[in-house]
Amino acid sequence: MLEGRIVRINGPIIQAEGLASAGLYDVVEAGELGLVGEIIRLKGDIATIQIYEDNTGMKVGERVLSHGAPLSVLLGPGLIGRIYDGIQRPLEDLFEKTGFGITPGVKTNPLDMGKKWPFKPLCKKGDRLEKGKPLGIVQETEHIKHPIYLPPNQKGGILSDVAPEGAYTLTEPVARMEDGTELFLSHSWPVRNPRPYRERLGMEEPLLTGQRVIDVFFPISKGGTAAIPGGFGTGKTMTQHAVAKWCDADIIVYIGCGERGNEMTDVLRELPEIRDPRTGRSIMERTILIANTSNMPVAAREVSIYTGVTLAEYYRDMGYNVAIMADSTSRWAEALRELSGRLEEMPAEEGFPAYLPTRLAEFYERGGRVITLEGKRGSITIIGAVSPPGGDFSEPVTQHTKRFIRCFWALDRDLANARHYPAISWIDSYSEYGAELQGFWEKVNADWAATRAEAMELLKREQRLAQIVKLIGPDALPDTSRLVLLCADMIKNGFLQQNAFDPVDMYSVPEKQVIILRLIMDFYNRALRIIRAGAPLLKLRSLSVVERIVRMKSQIPNDRLDLVQEVKALLDRELGELEKEYKV
Amino acid sequence: MRGLEFRGLKSVEGPIIILERRENVGYGEIARIRDRSGVVKVGRILEVSDSSVAVQVFGPTTGLSIEETSLEFLGKPLELRVSVDMLGRIYDGLGRPIDGYPEPFSSEFRDINGIPINPSARTYPRDFIQTGISSIDGMNTLIRGQKLPIFSGSGLPHNRLAAQIIRQARLKTEESFVMVFAAMGVKYDVARFFIQAFEESGVLSNVVMFLSLADAPSIERLITPRCALTAAEYLAYEKNMHVLVVLTDMTNYCEALREISSIRGEIPSRKGYPGYLYSDLASLYERAGKVKTSSGSITQIPILTMPNDDISHPIPDLSGYITEGQIVLERELFQKGIYPPVAGLPSLSRLMKDGIGPGMTREDHKDLASQLFAAYSRTKQVRNLAAIIGEEELSSLDKSYITFGDRFEREFLSQAETENRTIEQTLDIGWKVLTHLPREELYRVKEELIEKYLPKVTEER
Repeated sequence: MLEGRIVRINGPIIQAEGLASAGLYDVVEAGELGLVGEIIRLKGDIATIQIYEDNTGMKVGERVLSHGAPLSVLLGPGLIGRIYDGIQRPLEDLFEKTGFGITPGVKTNPLDMGKKWPFKPLCKKGDRLEKGKPLGIVQETEHIKHPIYLPPNQKGGILSDVAPEGAYTLTEPVARMEDGTELFLSHSWPVRNPRPYRERLGMEEPLLTGQRVIDVFFPISKGGTAAIPGGFGTGKTMTQHAVAKWCDADIIVYIGCGERGNEMTDVLRELPEIRDPRTGRSIMERTILIANTSNMPVAAREVSIYTGVTLAEYYRDMGYNVAIMADSTSRWAEALRELSGRLEEMPAEEGFPAYLPTRLAEFYERGGRVITLEGKRGSITIIGAVSPPGGDFSEPVTQHTKRFIRCFWALDRDLANARHYPAISWIDSYSEYGAELQGFWEKVNADWAATRAEAMELLKREQRLAQIVKLIGPDALPDTSRLVLLCADMIKNGFLQQNAFDPVDMYSVPEKQVIILRLIMDFYNRALRIIRAGAPLLKLRSLSVVERIVRMKSQIPNDRLDLVQEVKALLDRELGELEKEYKV
Repeated sequence: MRGLEFRGLKSVEGPIIILERRENVGYGEIARIRDRSGVVKVGRILEVSDSSVAVQVFGPTTGLSIEETSLEFLGKPLELRVSVDMLGRIYDGLGRPIDGYPEPFSSEFRDINGIPINPSARTYPRDFIQTGISSIDGMNTLIRGQKLPIFSGSGLPHNRLAAQIIRQARLKTEESFVMVFAAMGVKYDVARFFIQAFEESGVLSNVVMFLSLADAPSIERLITPRCALTAAEYLAYEKNMHVLVVLTDMTNYCEALREISSIRGEIPSRKGYPGYLYSDLASLYERAGKVKTSSGSITQIPILTMPNDDISHPIPDLSGYITEGQIVLERELFQKGIYPPVAGLPSLSRLMKDGIGPGMTREDHKDLASQLFAAYSRTKQVRNLAAIIGEEELSSLDKSYITFGDRFEREFLSQAETENRTIEQTLDIGWKVLTHLPREELYRVKEELIEKYLPKVTEER
């Protein structure tokens, strides 16, 4: 243990002397209250430290203690279902200890140290324990089996003792190695170091979100990276909530980074009530929340991203598919900017430090699909919200983020103003995973790629026509063009728009997604021939099947896809009559 | 240490003074500064190092001299003396009474910076507040514990709207509000206008006022909202009251922040505002809400004037990212003579979805609001088209949207300053203006609601 003394205080950045033998990014306890901080610069005998708690009242001359270890999180059973602040302090425990406000200097254990976990050994005395070999297994929740491995930063060896099956707390050793090291159910890991894996895999497996505009038009893979940029009020948080609730990941890590307090309360209130469609259990049983809201200390906001991704890596290493929602990475970048400003670093664009792109790249690169040390497949999908100032996507955070992600779900102010949700623009968004995921979707529906391309083309044509309509009105267009407008409206209202509060519409299975879009395109193709044969658009517009198709999203539940046949039959009958009449 | 005064400074630059560190002082603590004529000012420690201390002075630094100035360090952060007797009192921008009476008798003090609320200690706000204003109640419902700013422009009637909200805001349960009012850099007549509004509605004895007027030193404005929110927190979280906080004008607050930042030589981000403007605003706005340990609540209505009516200016932009929606006032509506000129499309209440509907307002509220939004949005498109091709060339459907839009603005949005509509009246007017549209256009409303609420007889279709 190293002891230094404070010589300068400038907001959350302080300087201390006497810590020359401490390492960069070592964690310290500063001042009388022992506030948690991290050494971010060393120069001669002077260490510059960023403090993660409010340090009002701190004085020059107070002591700083260093444990000679970097900022770490505690990993072990009991993480699921918890809500933490940026430095892994459980917020519920803080509430019990200090009331509704977060007072600085409160110490808590990240995990419940007294709780006994049922441990089942998979190794016995004399076995050799290597990296990636499970020592035993703990049933963490009903659906989460939690293997206990040798911590990846420890050396393997022969086990001299393994505890029998039974219940153990996190402080009781469950095995001992010949060199005397004891192994526990938990271990700690430095948040800024990525955890090791065996090798990286491709992106052929989709992360299904149940959101039609995402899954069909701009799909994301398990292990992929996506950004959701949008001005305020365009629905970034709503989109992230929808994905967090319905995507088919095993574990969700939700990082509320510099956002509203009430939004986290909303998540805390809502998630326990939602059932996972696959397991039938509460969604909270697969979720870890990290909340460092906008009014909490800014330095802890910077680190909250790393805390979140480290927890995700821990579960990935067990072979789970993890999805991270980071809301919002712009607030994280702003925290970097604020701290960089206090360090008097030379700024690059708009006051952001020059290393912003490097940090963004490091963060997004911790996502990916891998073969774990044990040989299982696990993945981390990262979905980061971006809050560009003034909704202007040319600002540095959006631009740099675009370099490191492969899915761009651009939220559009006009769509949001028209209350078209999710307000994901089909013009500005893109996904580079389409080709990799083709294999999966063709198994769902052989027409996927063709349907998607046709629909996209139709929407593009509608966008061009809309320019003309703005000038001369729709009535001046030929009927074939007005049919494009009609069908584009059907796609918008019947497919792209999705009501997050409608019990049927909030989530669509892949089959249903393709069926709806296919029906709209079938309607378009046949209607086009009928119009070319001389029928007026009015005859098609007034068909009852138009409304039926548009209402399919909320009238056909995911488990009653057979009802689609009725709509198909109606389509055949109504269009068939017209085809006969106009001899198509 | 209290009672010990140091003489002499190293430098004075705008509101920041630097002196030698001759006593061990804490970061963020308060100092009393006495100038050569004996006038006392308050300051806060910005930075401490082994050799020197930087103090930010809340008041004019004109006349401060290097040799003739003395300082006393109080060894504690800036605090406000709190008591229920604050109600009915008027304070200056630094929390000192200016109504001629002594400070309320109390030995309780609270740090004006407050402490961040633990997200897991919050209760999700969902109680409907009836403001009696259709554009708010019907379309952008205010919820108890919400922070809903008014984005306005110079010359627009934001003060009148705020005063009307203050006069009329009621909870369904008839519990009443107490008010905390903070004026930052506004003119005396504006403050006077609010005092009058409080007097007329007979709530003056239920209001705590903090006035930092336009002629007060700009740096004082950094303290004013914090004093106000500290008073509000005490009343809400310790005395279980429902508090409505009006902060005006946040633009002046941000200007003061920029001023200090540039004097300190900090690296600016957009338009010269400091990089921490977002965090700083959040430290104010996030003090609204409800917590599990108390039955009280803080509802915030910050008012800000958008420079040049530009909603993408950093102040409204960053505010919008923190607050739970925004009421945007529109110059075009105002020029048409519509009061309150609440813009239909960019206004939003994020907490509305959970505070309305059966049991809270009325079963048709959600669908009706969504339908009105959609129809008004279409009206705007049709109007653009009509501006190019002329109204005569429009299809009959488009013409009905034009009629709807006019009725919506004249009958639904527009109301007298003294008119207090119940939520039922608001919703009924909403249905009435929808009669100007063909029935099949009402696709966002459920069939049975149309049956039940849409007036049967339509006039002059």
